Amino acid sequence: MSAPVTPPTPAPTAVGAQVPPERAERSGPPRARRRGPRTPGRIRRASLPYLLLLPALALELLIHLVPMVIGVVMSFKTLTQFYIRDWTTAPWAGFDNYRISVDFSAPVGKDLLDSFVTTCLFTVASVALCWLLGTAAAVFMQESFRGRGPLRALFLVPYALPVYAAVITWAFMFQRDNGLVNHVLHDQLGLGGDRAFWLIGDNSLYALLTVSVWKGWPFAFLIVTAGLQNIPKELYEAAAIDGAGMWQQIRRITLPALRPVNQVLVLVLFLWTFNDFNTPYVLFGRSAPKAADLVSLHIYQSSFVTWNFGTGAAMSVLLVLFLLVVTGGYLLLTSRGRKSADA
Amino acid sequence: MPSPSPTAPPRSFVWSRRVFLTLLTGFVLLPVYVMASSSLKPLQDVSGRFRWLPSGLTVRPYLDIWKTVPLAEYFVNSLIVAGAATVLSVVVAVFAAYAVSRYRFRGRRVFTVTVLSTQMFPGILFLLPLFLIFVNVGNTTGVALYGSRGGLILTYLTFSLPFSIWMLIGYLDSVPRDLDEAAMVDGCGPLGALLRVVVPAAVPGIVAVAVYAFMTAWGEVLFASVMTNDTTRTLAVGLQGYATQNDVYWNQVMAASLVVSVPVVAGFLLLQRYLVAGLTAGAVK
Repeated sequence: MSAPVTPPTPAPTAVGAQVPPERAERSGPPRARRRGPRTPGRIRRASLPYLLLLPALALELLIHLVPMVIGVVMSFKTLTQFYIRDWTTAPWAGFDNYRISVDFSAPVGKDLLDSFVTTCLFTVASVALCWLLGTAAAVFMQESFRGRGPLRALFLVPYALPVYAAVITWAFMFQRDNGLVNHVLHDQLGLGGDRAFWLIGDNSLYALLTVSVWKGWPFAFLIVTAGLQNIPKELYEAAAIDGAGMWQQIRRITLPALRPVNQVLVLVLFLWTFNDFNTPYVLFGRSAPKAADLVSLHIYQSSFVTWNFGTGAAMSVLLVLFLLVVTGGYLLLTSRGRKSADA
Repeated sequence: MPSPSPTAPPRSFVWSRRVFLTLLTGFVLLPVYVMASSSLKPLQDVSGRFRWLPSGLTVRPYLDIWKTVPLAEYFVNSLIVAGAATVLSVVVAVFAAYAVSRYRFRGRRVFTVTVLSTQMFPGILFLLPLFLIFVNVGNTTGVALYGSRGGLILTYLTFSLPFSIWMLIGYLDSVPRDLDEAAMVDGCGPLGALLRVVVPAAVPGIVAVAVYAFMTAWGEVLFASVMTNDTTRTLAVGLQGYATQNDVYWNQVMAASLVVSVPVVAGFLLLQRYLVAGLTAGAVK
């Protein structure tokens, strides 16, 4: 729990003055240099990082770069089920797949746009709620009280549960006739006329949102809890001596101190929620109701249900372009004055 | 953790905390309660109106789940696939993260940025091409990647490897460099220093990464639903077997959900401290 959080400052004594200043912060190679000009050793040392990276590089190439290139190529092809056996023989389609995807007056494009808008709304709502619940819980639990340990463990259960097990349970709860939700709302509270449908129709978005928040907020809780451990206790003591109450301390110290943590957290939550496939797929099956048709599932359906991989690939590429722009813009906006993550 | 403030918290704070945490606990526990209680209900209880309390307790669902679908087989498949993906990504990531954390070399930044950015791509982006690659490889070389456990393990690396590398870089950065320097002064090579000194010191981070990778792989649905066949199906797909039949045996669905959840939840709660420590060092900088 108490792992150091900022990278420790390099020990200046270890390397000393022999090291050029710009090298002083990392001490692998300079050490080697200090021990003398053994040329074979130096060559070995220079190539060592690459050797260490080799397995990762090979796998990255295999699982990320090659598929990405193929994905882009696919998006320019008319790739239906007839060409699955050998996709390279599929005829070129030029920009047709893209044109179809963004032609919002035709059914395919309109569905994609609807799905995209739904996904954006859903993501904003889900991230906001996850962040709010997670932060509130973490802040309330920053200070020790009886039962805090078990409660913290309990709060992590939704995060630890396998998605399908958790979401299937929610699907059961949202069943119209034998589910808990309608039992409480209709039978016990007497709300509304008929029992509502939750997994089809307009309500499905609320059902999806509930499940997504239930599953997602513990991650925010986990990260914010970790972030709270970095706030020096002295700040609170000084504030208390100056007469600041609990609420004031939260507003003036805790929340501002969490800003760097929140920047990473919100981005990660956004990407996960936006790209989430598992939750809608288990909740609704292969095709989601229109009101809750998220982009991931929509692309899956365009590809594996209607067997048009080319269009699916074009939609994927468009999605990635959108995510790149959003993430890039977000990082630019938030990284001012901060060191970038790997510097 | 010691109290952040020497004075006792005001009553408004204590009351807000009590109300908020109670409501939140209810929200968290609701599905857990439904899962546990429904798994012990007779079929007529879960087919009719929902009941908070079962009309009678039965363990039949726990016996039937293994017969309705070949759950044990799915269990083994999930275990093999998630375990192999975890081990593979952790081992590869330790070497890569060590290189990035300890050495300055050309392409270091490009590598980390690339790894980091692949995390933001949706799984669906890799699913389509990997599916086609696997089908083509199978047709041209006869190596069955599509539908095999090996193929599924490879696809799971698309999310577990970048995350592992990213978290471990952060974690290794927090392991004092003096440690491996001392080891090298004492005659260890860089690899010796990594294996004998850095890896033992980074155990919490490595455990955290492993827990995360395993959990994600255990819960993964997208690749599992496309890349598996009857013999390699994992729990993620297999569990839907109960729900998509004409008769939905909800008590069995809930029993099976509970059974597949217990190992990961137990493991997670046991190793939770490591995960928090690992996330603290790796993600919250």
